[in-house]
Amino acid sequence: MLRNKKSAYIKWADWVVLLLILVGLFSLLKLAYYAPTAAKATPISLGVKYIPYYAGRSMFRMIMAYLLSIIFSIFYGYTAAKNKLNEKIMLPILDILQSVPIFAFLPVFVFSLRALIPQGLALEISSILLIFTSQVWNMTFAWYQSLTTIPKELKEASNIFLLNSWMRFKKLELPFGFVSLVWNSIMSWAGGWFFLIAAEIFTVGNKNFELVGLGSYMQEATYQGNIKALIMGIVTLIIIIVLLDQLVWRPLLSWAKKFNLEMVSGGAETETVSWFYPVLRQSKIILWFEARILKPITAAMDKFFNKRLSKKKIVVHKEDKPGNKKVLMGIGIVAGLALLFGAQRMVAFMSTVKASDYLYILEGAFATMLRVLLSLALSLLWTIPVGVLIGSNKRAALVLQPLVQIAASVPATAFFPILILFFIKVPFGINIAAVVLMILGTQWYLLFNVIAGVSTIPQDLRYTASMMRLRKWNYWKTLILPALFPFIITGSITASGGAWNASVIAEYVTTHEKTYSTIGLGSIIADATAKSDYPMLFAAAFVMIVFVTCINRFGWRRLYSLAKEKYKME
Amino acid sequence: MEGKQKIFELADISQVYLTRQYRFTALKHINLTVEEGDFVALLGPSGCGKSTLLRIITGLQQPTVGQVIYKDVPLKGINENATIVFQTFALFPWLSVLQNVELALEARGIPKNMRTPKALDLLDRVGLDGFESAYPRELSGGMRQKVGFARAMAVEPELLCLDEPFSALDVLSAESLRGDLLELWLEGKIPCKAILLVTHNIEEAVSLADRIVVMEKDPGRIVKEIKIDLKHPRDSQSPAFQRYMDEIYEALAGKTKARAIEAGGAPGEAGTIRLLPHVVVNSIATFLEYSYTHTSNTTDIFRLADELGIDADETLQLTEAAEVLGFATVDKGDITITAPGKEFVDADILKRKEIFAKAVMDLPIFKWMVSLIQKSAKKRLHGEIILGALELEFPEKQAKRLLDTLINWGRYAEIISYDDNTEFIYSEAPQFAKKE
Repeated sequence: MLRNKKSAYIKWADWVVLLLILVGLFSLLKLAYYAPTAAKATPISLGVKYIPYYAGRSMFRMIMAYLLSIIFSIFYGYTAAKNKLNEKIMLPILDILQSVPIFAFLPVFVFSLRALIPQGLALEISSILLIFTSQVWNMTFAWYQSLTTIPKELKEASNIFLLNSWMRFKKLELPFGFVSLVWNSIMSWAGGWFFLIAAEIFTVGNKNFELVGLGSYMQEATYQGNIKALIMGIVTLIIIIVLLDQLVWRPLLSWAKKFNLEMVSGGAETETVSWFYPVLRQSKIILWFEARILKPITAAMDKFFNKRLSKKKIVVHKEDKPGNKKVLMGIGIVAGLALLFGAQRMVAFMSTVKASDYLYILEGAFATMLRVLLSLALSLLWTIPVGVLIGSNKRAALVLQPLVQIAASVPATAFFPILILFFIKVPFGINIAAVVLMILGTQWYLLFNVIAGVSTIPQDLRYTASMMRLRKWNYWKTLILPALFPFIITGSITASGGAWNASVIAEYVTTHEKTYSTIGLGSIIADATAKSDYPMLFAAAFVMIVFVTCINRFGWRRLYSLAKEKYKME
Repeated sequence: MEGKQKIFELADISQVYLTRQYRFTALKHINLTVEEGDFVALLGPSGCGKSTLLRIITGLQQPTVGQVIYKDVPLKGINENATIVFQTFALFPWLSVLQNVELALEARGIPKNMRTPKALDLLDRVGLDGFESAYPRELSGGMRQKVGFARAMAVEPELLCLDEPFSALDVLSAESLRGDLLELWLEGKIPCKAILLVTHNIEEAVSLADRIVVMEKDPGRIVKEIKIDLKHPRDSQSPAFQRYMDEIYEALAGKTKARAIEAGGAPGEAGTIRLLPHVVVNSIATFLEYSYTHTSNTTDIFRLADELGIDADETLQLTEAAEVLGFATVDKGDITITAPGKEFVDADILKRKEIFAKAVMDLPIFKWMVSLIQKSAKKRLHGEIILGALELEFPEKQAKRLLDTLINWGRYAEIISYDDNTEFIYSEAPQFAKKE
């Protein structure tokens, strides 16, 4: 009856973590002062034959970021799940990081890394880091969560049957978390594309730094008004995404079915159909690969690890030793002092920005917030009815579902150049374009959540409602909307995060002739980046991060717990 | 018993959960010896710590006080000579039946060419040949547990621990699997020296074990050890069998103590606070009704459970509730209805609520809660506040259950009302349409 209110971690930890992130960002920015002047980058050619090269460059970034994400997730998840103390520190870090608009980081990354490494490499690395930060958090959460939700008896069985840590990883933890890792990888890739394209567009916008890839190709095509090249770019991107879905993700999901924990065979969940999976299963190359490469490698790993780990006796943990605690306290105090010092320097640095500029930044924050809210409201206006239609009408679902899936798989940022071409000539065009981009990026989260929500409404409730002869509005008010509420909130949280990020590229657009901008936090960040105005850039990024974190904490978080408690279908 | 090898000995084991606020004793001064050839059953109601004890014996958990002495050596870490057959099977769903058994062998470093024949042989022994390549989800509950047995036997444990292995199965599978286990054990086909069975099923314990260790809760402790001198196969309808059942019920139900002790204390007062049994009021009423319709006021608890078709756990909880409320007394395995109890049973629904309210307000913990609410400014308290006070005495889980029972009983008695949306507890009858 009484609910679980105690969260897994301490309350003030969030704010310490936030400060930590900001100070970290600040120290990075200080590096930027040592950076050499920017070198002019090689221009992008719009010839169709160059497209595969650009696509390859983009893919490379994605793959690197993804590999980084997997490695990070596994280690971070392990460490966090290992003991309570780690959990208390590491979970808030994750939580804040995933709600922070990471796009505010990109300029800082770019500027500061140039101080350490050559410009081309710095750009490459900062874009990979940006994509990484867009991919990694949900995967880490998924891995951590699966580690901590492994059924107790399976853990006990692994203990009593003396499985060493390698066997545990291979036979228990990885299989248990696999399905959720794959789903989260798919989500991460979708998010990654958004940021990849955005990063490339953003750097082109600054002329001096150029990140060669599909996104910058499209942006360049927009500058030059080369519609054909622009369309070719988008088509290439769609092809890549569809191929990945068909040849990688779907077969993986099909294969992952065997890791489903359900003890009941033939579950009613929607099956992922893959035509490619059976082909793969029969292909000679794959069989050869499995027998000659995969098996020997795993056997060698088994041998290596089992030899090393078999001697170790498994001892169940007792409470932390007091000596351990003292060392930790010491580390904590030193770290705390360093943090305070950094914070003091940061405040000093930020005080160089004039008060009137802060006022301007705050105005910008509110303007951007209004845009975010407007885009959410507009998205909801169409996604609720359509989602309910798809979710409750099999015929409509048959027609609309595939269309929606393809449309949703294309990152909204890819359409941005087209939007600009179109809206730039209209009065308030940049404002409209910004909101449209936000809608493009956010609507799918909402739609999918609405569809999922509709499917949870039990049939008997619907019958009851129709037996009570509830009229249209009453029917929506008493059944549909309350049932959807938690799902709409979940969707909105993700969606608004995306919208804040989009603001950085959407509010400030440069073409060859002119720079178009409108008031907003995003445009302030972009403008400060273009002018290399570090204090202003940092102040704006600071405000954006704090602002969004507060909105999450005090707005979305509360709505979410309300939704979870009150309107959950059980 | 002399000359037999001691398998393990529990030397004064206690398990105490200690936080800054409370001290909760899950197990208190447990001493037990198991020897070669023993088939021992640990029997007790849920919450008596019998599963915790099993985890301590196998080394999955460390006791706060005391030692497990395994063959004269104090146990450190996992006991490599013991295995567990789990209540929920604990099979790896993504591994086939054969792979599940082989995994246990692989972990002990047995090479591939040896572990497959061995696993196949074991599966054969439990009657699963032909199902080697099946996945657990394709098997029935009984067959899954057979895999559990095969896996446990694969590592040739000296001590085989069974953690309620039959309680997740349907009646028929459980019965047949019990028969299989007994056969394997009696014929020496199980490569182990002793079996420890944890169960809350009295009949199961009597029909399988040679020795039954009866445990009680609050705090978890051993109250009795009974040696079962019956030849296999045992007939559960035989008088001797029934006498054992009766004896165990008697040990478990205990004897009603003085009123003040049964009623328990309240936070901040003298006397221990009772963890009220987590049962709904209507069940108490039906339970009493049933025992009262018999020819006399006194009924044998074991018979009653048998007739009502409820298990020992629930029977004992209901008995305890009736004792706490003063509706019945218990002695020597018999339950006797008191005058208020009779009145309660005979009354109609509204009158029942009145009588129940009176009984409940006699309990210090209810008095405490109601006065706390009445002292508050708006005659209401957030559930968290009561919970917080209870958590000073009990671990979170128990405290929550207790609050749950308090709200449930209090609502029935109409002495409090509770709003699940706001989580406020009011000290008055529910008020409708007050909001908005």
